[in-house]
Amino acid sequence: MRKPKLVLVGNGMAGVRAVEELLKLAPERYEITVFGDEPHPNYNRILLSPVLSGEQQFDEIILNRHEWYEQHCITLHVGKRIASINRAARKVVAEDGTEAPYDRLILATGSKPFIPPVAGASLPGVLAYRDIADAEAMIEAAGKYRNAVVIGGGLLGLEAANGLKMRGMDVTVVHLNDWLMERQLDPTAAALLQRSLESRGIRFKLATQTEALAQGESGRVCAVRFKDGNTLAADLVVFAVGIRPNTSLAESAGIFCNRGIVVNDTMQTSTDPRIYAVGECVSHRGVAYGLVAPLFEQGKVLANHLAEFGIARYQGSVTSTKLKVTGIDLFSAGDFMGGEGTESLVFSDPADGTYKKLVLKDNKLVGACIYGDTLDGGWYFNLLREGTDISQFRKTLLFGQHNVGDSGHGPAERVAALPDSAEICGCNGVCKGQIIKAIRANKLFTLDEVRSYTKASSSCGSCTGLVEAVLAHTVGGDYSAAPSKKPLCTCTDHSHDEIIATIRDNELKSMSAVFNFMEWKTSDGCATCRPALNYYLLARWPADYQDDAQSRFINERAHGNIQKDGSFSVVPRMWGGLTNPRELRAIADVADKFKVPEVKITGGQRIDLFGVKKEDLPAVWKDLSDAGFVSGHAYGKALRTVKTCVGSQWCRFGTQDSTGLGVKLEQLTWGSWMPHKFKLAVSGCPRNCAEATIKDFGVVCVDSGYELHVGGNGGIKVRVTDLLCKVETEDQVKEYCGAFIQLYREEAHYLERTAPWVERVGLNHVKQRVVDDAAGRAELFERFKFSQQFVQIDPWKERAEGKAAQEYQPIRIAVASSQRKVERQDHPAAHPAQLCTATE
Amino acid sequence: MSDWTEIARFDEIPRRGSRVIEFDTTQVAVFRTAADEIFALRDKCPHRSGPLSQGIVHGSKVTCPLHSWKIDLGTGEVVLPDKGCASTYATKVENGRVFLKLA
Repeated sequence: MRKPKLVLVGNGMAGVRAVEELLKLAPERYEITVFGDEPHPNYNRILLSPVLSGEQQFDEIILNRHEWYEQHCITLHVGKRIASINRAARKVVAEDGTEAPYDRLILATGSKPFIPPVAGASLPGVLAYRDIADAEAMIEAAGKYRNAVVIGGGLLGLEAANGLKMRGMDVTVVHLNDWLMERQLDPTAAALLQRSLESRGIRFKLATQTEALAQGESGRVCAVRFKDGNTLAADLVVFAVGIRPNTSLAESAGIFCNRGIVVNDTMQTSTDPRIYAVGECVSHRGVAYGLVAPLFEQGKVLANHLAEFGIARYQGSVTSTKLKVTGIDLFSAGDFMGGEGTESLVFSDPADGTYKKLVLKDNKLVGACIYGDTLDGGWYFNLLREGTDISQFRKTLLFGQHNVGDSGHGPAERVAALPDSAEICGCNGVCKGQIIKAIRANKLFTLDEVRSYTKASSSCGSCTGLVEAVLAHTVGGDYSAAPSKKPLCTCTDHSHDEIIATIRDNELKSMSAVFNFMEWKTSDGCATCRPALNYYLLARWPADYQDDAQSRFINERAHGNIQKDGSFSVVPRMWGGLTNPRELRAIADVADKFKVPEVKITGGQRIDLFGVKKEDLPAVWKDLSDAGFVSGHAYGKALRTVKTCVGSQWCRFGTQDSTGLGVKLEQLTWGSWMPHKFKLAVSGCPRNCAEATIKDFGVVCVDSGYELHVGGNGGIKVRVTDLLCKVETEDQVKEYCGAFIQLYREEAHYLERTAPWVERVGLNHVKQRVVDDAAGRAELFERFKFSQQFVQIDPWKERAEGKAAQEYQPIRIAVASSQRKVERQDHPAAHPAQLCTATE
Repeated sequence: MSDWTEIARFDEIPRRGSRVIEFDTTQVAVFRTAADEIFALRDKCPHRSGPLSQGIVHGSKVTCPLHSWKIDLGTGEVVLPDKGCASTYATKVENGRVFLKLA
């Protein structure tokens, strides 16, 4: 069968990325041809500035080498500009006469620099700053001449000015506006930036309009004349006043353009359904994007459509900006100027070179402009994009994430200042230098890619913010922006929230139903999505869903914690941390009988037996079960411990029976599966000896009742709880506790602890559902109790009685080397009738 | 030594799961995929010797329980960007019985 032909016009970042995404989804579907008018394979245009300044070589910024095109059987024509599209005959024709027929055509013609109509704009020595040829011409000029004038004080102009200065030229930046980068910065931040660039020797001429360029005796440009009558000597003039979508080819083919090639949400042109457009040449819902993150999102959608998956839509992007000038940190996003109906929070320390302005509207962040310390830029950008209600932490918002009781962010040192030897990821021992090297060597774009190559932030995740910051510093901030929707894993394009809602709304009650209904890309998922789906199904359909042991991580499958040597640890439940001599003797007997190498008291007030062989587990559990113990679920994304202090029973300060209440709460909640581990504590007085304010749900007893605290944790990043409310009776504590747990079980993403969940949805939301809405609270509590009846069955006792026996028994085979005689040492096949006859 | 050694009944190996086969000197993990294919690997991850038999089986791969390296069951190759290779053993199923070829 003949493959349909796909032609890409424009061998730049957006178009090639779309092809890469397509190859991931449907590698064999199309016969692909690519035309590029530059004589190079696809390179990273964003890194032109480091090439100009001499910090990187051109070879280092190539993204796809010729071999890549060959490996994927892509026909590449470099140095060939397409002159026309013959839509009737469905072919494109290059200026040199090369023709290529298409069934589908992608236009990725990018943008072209805007050169204002001033006299002398076409003289030798006058350049735009757009591609590698421009950069090379500027480098060459820097070697021969002295005076450079950059016209345009925007992002690109300043990067060009900095590069030329580093190449040794005298540089003046001429800018029409009153302040630099007016599309990204407010006047205050721009003044700080200007001062910093001036200290590097770059001169500025603001609020100045260029009138003409004068020709010298050699025929080359020699001076710039301004409207105010002044002139400036110039051997090199660089125009960086803006870019325009390059639509001439599309227009000549009769494709509708309006400040860009107009496309719909699947990146199809409005004129011809066989023709798509992607990248800087596109106008989507009236917006043309110039930053790489939105263009990559577009490419992903286009690829999805070309692969005929038909589920992705591009709905526009919120963008953020970062200047790629070494040593200057600035970040801006959204409506940073503010205006009618907005409020601004401002922090300004000019002596320190630090400035932060956050623009708020209706308790949401709508804009940010930061100069100096931009480490929190990514966090602000997320708040902005997700429209998070910030009223709970408005007072500390300006001081960054680590002041908000962050759950998953590293220390706030400025990443730029760290040496290459600084350890970024403590779990995997990854240093800053290694991350930078991996990003450069493997052309990494996203956090996920950096994780996968370096392992940085792939374990506990607490250094995610730092890794993102390193990524942003290495390749420019626009790379680091995560897509607006994050798929659960590479097996699907759907997010956690979409999956949770679909399972609920469409009553999907098995994993295969989810795979089919949501069009999973793999036949049976992966080690990331299967445990998540197993949890979501179990949480939503406790009575109907059949738990799938093979989709659980080994700890939950075997009901013990796997240790580095493959042995397991065993933690019996001790209700509220209470025990007695009989129980302690039973544990001691087990430790003796099974030669347990180490016994330790855990932080959760119970006892851990380390180094138990997997095959011994059922027998260990039998002895423990006979002594009255049940599983402590120390291995599960489940209810772990309820820590208590001694309370009014013994303590002279105790106000309530905290131990007794802890036991009751543990009896209520044990056995329940959660998105992540879940810990409770009950303290008998505000001295809080049970450390209830760093637990997922903590109770602090006071004389008049019980304070309920939520969303705390110790561990990776300590987060102190938020006060949920105060109640008067133990029964109320139980109801609120159950309702809170159920809300968390229903709404949080798998592997999201209560701390980041509360921060994501906002404490107000939790209060509304659990405190304000009495009827809703009662329903949540009912659903929790309903689900509990199916799980409060001790998994250890079941297994001690023979359930899932195969999981624990190895098959021993003795091979007598002299005779090669094979003897099966465990239970031989007893019932031949049951033999399975399946073939290989 | 190239004989086939009978190690288990096919139905003793759980679908999308594995069994550990203990020989005198080595441990072999025998996997059964969702498509009922049988594969065998030495039960040691090339990364830090994690017991591959305890991992989650998906497609024709297993994810090591210790540090989530993914290993292709057919070739023993570690899935990029990690690098390494686990030893594989040939397997066959005849009349509902699983055989292993010891290297």
